[in-house]
Amino acid sequence: MIEAILSYEFLQNAFAAGLIIGVIAPLLGVFIVVRRLSLIADALSHVTLAGIAGSLYLSQSVAAFAMLNPLFLGIVASVAGSVLIERLRSLYKHYEELAIPIILSAGIGFGAIFISLAEGFSTDLFGYLFGSVSAVSREDLGIVIGIALIVFAFVRLFFKELFVLSFDDEYAKASGLPAKWIHFLFMIVTALVIAGSMRIVGILLVSSLMTIPVAAAMRMGQSFKGTIFWSVIFGEVSVLTGLITAFYFDLAPGGTIVVTSILLLLLVIGYKKITVSMKKGAVV
Amino acid sequence: MNAPLIEIDNISFEYEQTKALENISLTVEEGDFLAILGPNGSGKSTLLKIMLGLIKPTKGAIRLFGVDAKNFKNREWIGYVSQKSNSFNSGFPATVEEVVTGGLVKKTGLFRRIPKHAKANVKEALEAVGMEAFMDNRMNELSGGQQQRVFIARALVAKPKVLILDEPTVGIDHRNVQSFYNMLASLNRDKDITLVLVTHDVDTVTDRITHVACLNQTIHFHGFKDQLHTMSDEQREAWYGHSVRKIHHIGGSHSYD
Repeated sequence: MIEAILSYEFLQNAFAAGLIIGVIAPLLGVFIVVRRLSLIADALSHVTLAGIAGSLYLSQSVAAFAMLNPLFLGIVASVAGSVLIERLRSLYKHYEELAIPIILSAGIGFGAIFISLAEGFSTDLFGYLFGSVSAVSREDLGIVIGIALIVFAFVRLFFKELFVLSFDDEYAKASGLPAKWIHFLFMIVTALVIAGSMRIVGILLVSSLMTIPVAAAMRMGQSFKGTIFWSVIFGEVSVLTGLITAFYFDLAPGGTIVVTSILLLLLVIGYKKITVSMKKGAVV
Repeated sequence: MNAPLIEIDNISFEYEQTKALENISLTVEEGDFLAILGPNGSGKSTLLKIMLGLIKPTKGAIRLFGVDAKNFKNREWIGYVSQKSNSFNSGFPATVEEVVTGGLVKKTGLFRRIPKHAKANVKEALEAVGMEAFMDNRMNELSGGQQQRVFIARALVAKPKVLILDEPTVGIDHRNVQSFYNMLASLNRDKDITLVLVTHDVDTVTDRITHVACLNQTIHFHGFKDQLHTMSDEQREAWYGHSVRKIHHIGGSHSYD
């Protein structure tokens, strides 16, 4: 495997991007899960699909778009989607969750139109939907690195505010934190991570890399920082195992990564059950 | 006379054309342990939010530490403990230490890290509420009363001069309410923290308070707890409706010590 990575550039790109995504997706995912925003990640990934399908379609008809990495329009759509979700949430104050299906369907709707308008990018599209080991370009890797730097800077600068906001919204506002602004920035960074992770795990499975490792970590970690630590570990193990299996068996990496993370989750649940019952046994 | 920390001067507040508060004047002085009592819907939470500067009154003025609330910058001087039941996310994976450290966020300021030596302050705050042994426990392992103590520690860690508590005994086992109030009284007495608490449950309010304000849209009584008996039956009726007898234990000879 290591020999293959050293000799093929596409594998270097895929593994480097995968390793980075394995950290940033679960890192941000912890905040998404504890703030009960898991479904927003899903909505945003479908909006990203619309942006990418739009870009692929335009690249066939407009010369300027032929040179453009579809990821860029994907990022634009995702960020626009996150802003729209916030607007809709404040419009429907008592039915905030309504914003999610609206944006999600809008994303699929536009995506479906662009896909049917354009003929002949089904292979590209398959890669975008379920991830790809071979399609990650140097440019894609550059974008992922850029997004990772933004994520690290954001979490480093706002960690304590994000923690307080996630734990207790009302207290955060009462103590005078700029809660609205931090939440807005958080949504934009989430949109970036979704667009960036999509190359490896695919649009349909992006949100699972932000939630399943966290679900497992919440059973392992005693503290908040411990939960983050375990989320990243589970994320990395899923991405690495998933990519290697996908490469050897010629499978879509999105599928192998997510199935690995589910297996890890089951292992953790089983392990916790056993240790808890052993503890109880010891007491008796 | 002690220094006035919160001065509310003839404020009114209307919410979608419904009057929530009318001509309220109230002063909280340094060292007070004030209970604002009133039935549900009497405007207690609104008054509390005005004190915290979260909402602006429709009419009237409020001064915090002698400064107009609009220009008041030292928000960390006022600690706030919200109603436990509706505020925090109960399955949240965080330890007691992490939650209390969160109380330093505003004081530390944006873009800065909470310093390592803050751990001593966190420990001190937990000692003040008798919860230092639970520092490494996860929040969801604690009882309602213990969680409420942790929230008070979170407010204390920033070393506030005033602590404002919204319905602090909701979710606390009835048997533990008095020891909870004893803990508040010792903060008031030993740590010189001025306390303002708001509650609808006049049954559980302790004898350890120094001042009482009876609120129902307007202030029906405000003064030393010992003078509460000077309220006439008509005044009590106007304030709390028919179930006013409950309040007699405050300010009478009855003591919980």
